[in-house]
Amino acid sequence: MARLDLIDKLAVLADAAKYDASCASSGTTRRHALSGAGAKGEGRQARMPGALGSTEGSGICHAYAPDGRCISLLKILLTNYCMFDCVYCINRKSSNVRRARFTPGEVVRLTLDFYKRNYIEGLFLSSGIIRSPDYTMEQIVEVARSLRCDHDFRGYIHLKTIPEASPDLLDRAGRYADRLSINIELPSTASLARLAPEKDMVGIRRAMGGLRARIDERRGERRSRAKPPAFAPAGQSTQMIVGADGEPDTTILRLSDDLYSGYRLRRVYYSAFSPIPDADTRLPPRPPPLVREHRLYQADWLLRFYGFDIDEVAAATTAGMLDLEADPKQVWALRHRHHFPVDLNRGPREMLLRVPGLGVKTVDRVVRARRWRRLRLADLARLTRGAQRAMPFIETDDWHPGNALDGLGLTRPVRQLDLFEAA
Amino acid sequence: MRSVRLAHPADFDGWRDAARALDAAEVPPEEVVWRVGDEAADLFAGEAPPGARPQGGERRVPRRFVELARLLVCHRDEERFARAYGLLRRLRDEPHLLAVASDPDVARAAQMEREVRRAMHKMKAFVRFRQVTPMPGDEAETFVAWFEPEHHIVDEVAPFFARRFASMRWSILTPLRSAHWDGRTLSIAGGAGRDDAPADDRLEEVWRTYFSAIFNPARLKVRAMRSEMPRKYWHNLPEARAIGPLIRSASDRTQRMIPDPSTRNEPEREPRNEETAMEERASLEGLQECRRCPLYRDATQAVGGEGPGQARIMMVGEQPGDQEDLAGRPFVGPAGRLLDRALIDAGVARESVYVTNAVKHFKFFVRGKRRIHQKPDHSEIEQCRWWLDIERELIRPELIVALGASAAFSLMRRTVTIKSVRGHIMDGPDGASLLVTVHPSYLLRLPDEAAKASEYRRFVDDLRLAA
Repeated sequence: MARLDLIDKLAVLADAAKYDASCASSGTTRRHALSGAGAKGEGRQARMPGALGSTEGSGICHAYAPDGRCISLLKILLTNYCMFDCVYCINRKSSNVRRARFTPGEVVRLTLDFYKRNYIEGLFLSSGIIRSPDYTMEQIVEVARSLRCDHDFRGYIHLKTIPEASPDLLDRAGRYADRLSINIELPSTASLARLAPEKDMVGIRRAMGGLRARIDERRGERRSRAKPPAFAPAGQSTQMIVGADGEPDTTILRLSDDLYSGYRLRRVYYSAFSPIPDADTRLPPRPPPLVREHRLYQADWLLRFYGFDIDEVAAATTAGMLDLEADPKQVWALRHRHHFPVDLNRGPREMLLRVPGLGVKTVDRVVRARRWRRLRLADLARLTRGAQRAMPFIETDDWHPGNALDGLGLTRPVRQLDLFEAA
Repeated sequence: MRSVRLAHPADFDGWRDAARALDAAEVPPEEVVWRVGDEAADLFAGEAPPGARPQGGERRVPRRFVELARLLVCHRDEERFARAYGLLRRLRDEPHLLAVASDPDVARAAQMEREVRRAMHKMKAFVRFRQVTPMPGDEAETFVAWFEPEHHIVDEVAPFFARRFASMRWSILTPLRSAHWDGRTLSIAGGAGRDDAPADDRLEEVWRTYFSAIFNPARLKVRAMRSEMPRKYWHNLPEARAIGPLIRSASDRTQRMIPDPSTRNEPEREPRNEETAMEERASLEGLQECRRCPLYRDATQAVGGEGPGQARIMMVGEQPGDQEDLAGRPFVGPAGRLLDRALIDAGVARESVYVTNAVKHFKFFVRGKRRIHQKPDHSEIEQCRWWLDIERELIRPELIVALGASAAFSLMRRTVTIKSVRGHIMDGPDGASLLVTVHPSYLLRLPDEAAKASEYRRFVDDLRLAA
């Protein structure tokens, strides 16, 4: 019955891992199984015939679950036993969920079996904390080491990092993993103290700072020397739970802005607090609307790709909250009507980026095309499906919105194209 | 009318050779008929020009066009070869044509290219291998997949699988083309049938278990799933069979998770008490939990002083910077390195110095992706004096060196200009002597090299007084 056992454990330990939103497998170094040396040196023969796996820039979503989320990595916990008692977490000490534990060898086997059938891009391994942070981190690192060194696995590995683990273990984790992540969990120190009493913000920030310093350091060496070992080439990310406490969107976004600049995070994931089985009564009785999470991502995109600063994004909120009915860029534009309309043929790129309906790709195409030809409204319509939405905010030789802008309500619901790209 | 017959549905090489010859002969696009034939015997039927390279040098086209045409001919659109040739002809008079994304021909080609790329991406994602018993004498694991691509992309995508699954033997079978990898070489052959691939794999049940367990029933978004994993692919995906039952049971499972509001009670735990540090005089314990001013919120950690407990000299800067904030140690960034150099030049033994800051948390604002230093205001310096006082009490230095105006304000308890007080030893707090000079980061900010050098000399001269 050994196989049945494995299936049972997988059901428990995948179920326990699903509240982590991240499944990205992009942004790491390009490598594949036909090249000579393994992706990560250390303790491996030069040209093993058994190399398996590749990473080629953009990640691949191998399946989608009915919750609309991409399945790119085998996302599991090593164990869901945990010493901590974080109120929002299904695996907290006081929860009655079924518990299970994989051996590192079982995770390695499962990863390879799935990978060879093209089900996944790699592994995202996390764990409840058992015995001690160091003991747990050691087991996590052992899985990655075995995949890289014993099996010459060159696919993607994301390890969840335990902030309290020793620096030496973090060093080793970074050597084998493409990405490391430490979850910030909640947007304020007070919420953390209330809902995750064993975690502390300073410890989390210190660990993030330590990771950034290591990543920066290897980058620096990379330029100067021939082939230093990489350290988490896909950088670090984090996750914040939204709606489990009373913090407004502005607090969340200010923290993100701070994390992006302070620790060079690649991504902050927002995870709308989701009802869990056997929930603690300190949690809110119902989850926040999923659209809140969506608006936070849109605002996050404005910060990272659209040239908005945090105060401008805050200017698109009401009492600290983003409008659930309209996307934040639209709200900002309607509150700053004097900046519009923007001339499609002459307006600077920065202003075109602020036009609702125009994404970064479209703006770049417009800027490129207008060097050779004057653009009319029909040209824009061929470039983007967002042309209709952009109309009140732009002008061309054959189009001026006149006073159309004045007629637009502040909260008119507007369908927004999906900002998310595949992982 | 000229007719060109290509070897297979995505025969880019054949198209390129023919297009070169037709272009050299100035044949307009509407006079060419493109055909794909099983019998690839004669490349050029009818009165097409010979495939020989035209004289007078090759025509150069933008590299972007070659990339575009290569994917364009993979599209299932019947007109794909003609469209690619049409663009090639237009490029002759309009070399920048491809930059004009709004041109109808370019827009259509770009659209087709996107569709092909998407299909390629989906093939990389949705091929599912099934293991078969290897040939006798062969130890390598062997896998076969059956796949139905949307466009003619097998030739383009096969190298991806070779790079990724180098150590396996594998075949990907599709209705029109099939790819085979024997561990060394990749070969492409004709189509196959679904029955040529195995019907099951021992891992598929395990995979479905994972697929079902990772799904969160509390956030059902079936449309989002379908737009990324269109139904047309489902019949070849082993996990798709689990989708229906998962959707149907989602709402029941979610209902069971929501706790009954009538049994709710209020939180028992309170946030940590902010005043606990009050009890402990003469120890830096509690520094990390300091909430005396709001700066703790955005900083990574509080940065206390560093140096021997018996240090003769205490140097006080303004506040930790970006790197100090990450490292948790004072003066480790550029200003710290400059200070070290200046101490050597002034003959002050680094071991006799305790370094710290007037403010223990990093104050900054964000510009783009950088954290830019921001001067602490008086109330923050005053709140943080609590910690500096403890440090003075612990170290009891003979001499305190205030680096910059913020440190001088903290130690002298009044606003001073550096110019008016720098460069001489004064009476400081609690019987210690006090010396004020500039902050080393001031030297780093000077734009002019000559000024930098002369200011550095003055700085070293000031520090000599400490030696």
